[in-house]
Amino acid sequence: MNRFSQYQLFQLTLAYFKEIVREPGVLFWGIIFPILMSLGLGIAFTKKADTERNIAVVSVQDEGTAETNSGLSRALSRFGEKNISDEGDFAEYKISIPNEKLGNTIFLLQEMTWDEAMTGLKRGSVNLIITEQDHHILYHFDPANPDAQLSYLKLSYLFDKDTLPLSNTSEYIAPLEVQGTRYIDFLIPGLIAMGIMMSTMWGISYGIIEKRSKKLLRRMVATPMKKSNFLIGMITVRIGMNFIESVLLFLFAWWVFDIQIQGSIPAVIAIFIAGNVAFAGIAIFISSRTAKTEIGNGLINVVVFPMMLLSGIFFSYHNFPESVIPYIQKMPLTMVADGIRSIFIEGAGFAQVSVPLIVLTSIGVVFFTAGLKMFKWY
Amino acid sequence: MIEHFNYSYAYYEYYYTNKYLGNGVSSQTLIRSFTMEQNPVVEVKNVHKSFKSVHAVKGVNLSILPGHFIALLGPNGAGKTTLVEMIEGIQKPDRGEILLLGKKWSGNEEEIHRNIGISLQETRFVDKLTVGETLKLFASFYRLNNSRVTEIIELIELEEKRKAYVQNLSGGQRQRLALGIALLNKPRILLLDEPTTGLDPNARREVWAILKKLKEESKTSMILTTHYMEEAEQLCDYIIIIDKGRIIREGTLDQLLNHEINHKTIEFTLETTTATAELFIPCNFEIKYDDLSGKGSAYINNMETELPELLSYFRKKDLTLKNLECRKNTLDDLFTSLTGRHLNE
Ligand SMILES: Nc1ncnc2c1ncn2[C@@H]1O[C@H](COP(=O)(O)OP(=O)(O)O)[C@@H](O)[C@H]1O
Ligand SMILES: [Mg+2]
Repeated sequence: MNRFSQYQLFQLTLAYFKEIVREPGVLFWGIIFPILMSLGLGIAFTKKADTERNIAVVSVQDEGTAETNSGLSRALSRFGEKNISDEGDFAEYKISIPNEKLGNTIFLLQEMTWDEAMTGLKRGSVNLIITEQDHHILYHFDPANPDAQLSYLKLSYLFDKDTLPLSNTSEYIAPLEVQGTRYIDFLIPGLIAMGIMMSTMWGISYGIIEKRSKKLLRRMVATPMKKSNFLIGMITVRIGMNFIESVLLFLFAWWVFDIQIQGSIPAVIAIFIAGNVAFAGIAIFISSRTAKTEIGNGLINVVVFPMMLLSGIFFSYHNFPESVIPYIQKMPLTMVADGIRSIFIEGAGFAQVSVPLIVLTSIGVVFFTAGLKMFKWY
Repeated sequence: MIEHFNYSYAYYEYYYTNKYLGNGVSSQTLIRSFTMEQNPVVEVKNVHKSFKSVHAVKGVNLSILPGHFIALLGPNGAGKTTLVEMIEGIQKPDRGEILLLGKKWSGNEEEIHRNIGISLQETRFVDKLTVGETLKLFASFYRLNNSRVTEIIELIELEEKRKAYVQNLSGGQRQRLALGIALLNKPRILLLDEPTTGLDPNARREVWAILKKLKEESKTSMILTTHYMEEAEQLCDYIIIIDKGRIIREGTLDQLLNHEINHKTIEFTLETTTATAELFIPCNFEIKYDDLSGKGSAYINNMETELPELLSYFRKKDLTLKNLECRKNTLDDLFTSLTGRHLNE
């Protein structure tokens, strides 16, 4: 590359850089939004807040006998704090199960009719219904709902054994709060990977499609400008911006949550660049022909949405069926997120991320080449 | 082929008789010009272009000599943009040949790009770059430095807007910026597609002023498309009227108006409200009448005999005149006489 071409590339890069940093949305969506998200999710899943569950109590017998004789009402008045609700007809009991290490559990038991209870169950405002039959307490809940199961276990323990559940086991519970095992440690690499994907896909595709629809692209190539310089400039700026965004997010997480990189920093940089290359290639491929931003939006969503859903950014993809996991692991976003995670949390180095590095780079090169072949400059 | 020959003949005839011999140019200059002018900067030979359902350009021939300003005048959809974009190398002709500076596009892109300047019908530059930055970016494509940028900013009179974002420019200022970008590399061929469409008369005149100055000061050749006849009249030495993908007439303004149309136009307004267009059918000359507005036009060949005839016809039919005027023919009149439509329709 001669000096003149370098100057051209420099001017293109500079112009594109100015163009995007002058867009007020860039600062918010690229930098502030991921930080807010990490803050919100990090706090929500790190702090042991009280768990509150709503339980419906349906008296099948007529009210007079139920109130006085049944085991259920005895249990309720023994463990619960009774509030008479505003309407006065139905009683409400509050049962607290305190636990220092796991956080407190609070059950709000409300008397209601069976129909009301079912509606509540369908809407998710109630997760367990209690009735009484022949002096036995019956628990109605969806067996597929683990949260309802837990409520059942705790309440039945309390009612049957007459003691608070979890009180004596507490000493055997050792909460793991070591670095690398918290939710925030899982989340930050995911957010960084997602940021790379989103910024690159939207930034590059949108930048190209918009310039094409404004006829600016055809105006630019009607000069001696080198086409490759145009694309290289765009990708360079995008990688640079992604770098700034990721570093700021990392620094924030390091400062607030004490996140650490346990593995090799050069390996992180390598996987970061490989991820950028992969998504830049896909972005150029997607935007190689259309001049309509609506079509571009659709295409980007088709690519981005499945990965957002499946790639384990917010929650581990190991909850998906075993048969689809190998496919999920081959998605570019999964490779970037898992790669960064393994370096951050597990202390991995180049050797462990060499396969994703090669695959991501190849994805980028293949899509870039194909995109360039069909690229519509006019 | 024959079409092409005829055209060239007409053009050269115009060129030597009117422009040089008539203007008292010394014989030395004339000889030099002769040898130099042998090579047209743009040659378009029997070019065709179709889109799915439209045959947009149907066998166009033209050639342009250095230093000449040529207008492609035609209504919307005439095929002007398609033709110009083929010359610019943006679209490929289905048939025919296009040479710029004697060279074909394929294989010579780099060299041709260096020598042409273009302004597309609608280009929107980057909103968030300033005028100066936009020019500087394009200047870098041509290896030009900041002093050329400053020169251009002066030429297009955007000194005060140098640091303004493109998004804050008026329509006229944007067009001047587009023109400035087209002129950055001192192009030998300038191609402007509707450079003043949508501008108000003042903004239009500002663009014209820049182009007139350019014509005086440089050797640039220009092809300009427009549907404003005034623009063609004001700026171009040679006017090519195109309609439905074909050249329908061409020549200098004088040739087109005085030799091509042999009628004069008389416009009148009637006081009488009952007149209809049919009323004028028996006349010996063509009359168009619109009974809604009460306005009509009569196309007559001989003022001395036919004007009195028209007036007596009015009297005979008991039509009262509100207004009558005889005006100079325009290119629009020529276009109307050839196609029955107006340029701005
Ligand atoms: N890309 C295209 N696809 C289909 N039809 C087109 C395209 N470009 C131009 N046309 C058609 O070709 C004709 C000439 O268009 P154009 O060259 O833009 O005319 P002008 O510039 O004189 O207004 C029009 O009928 C237009 O609809
Ligand atoms: Mg046009």
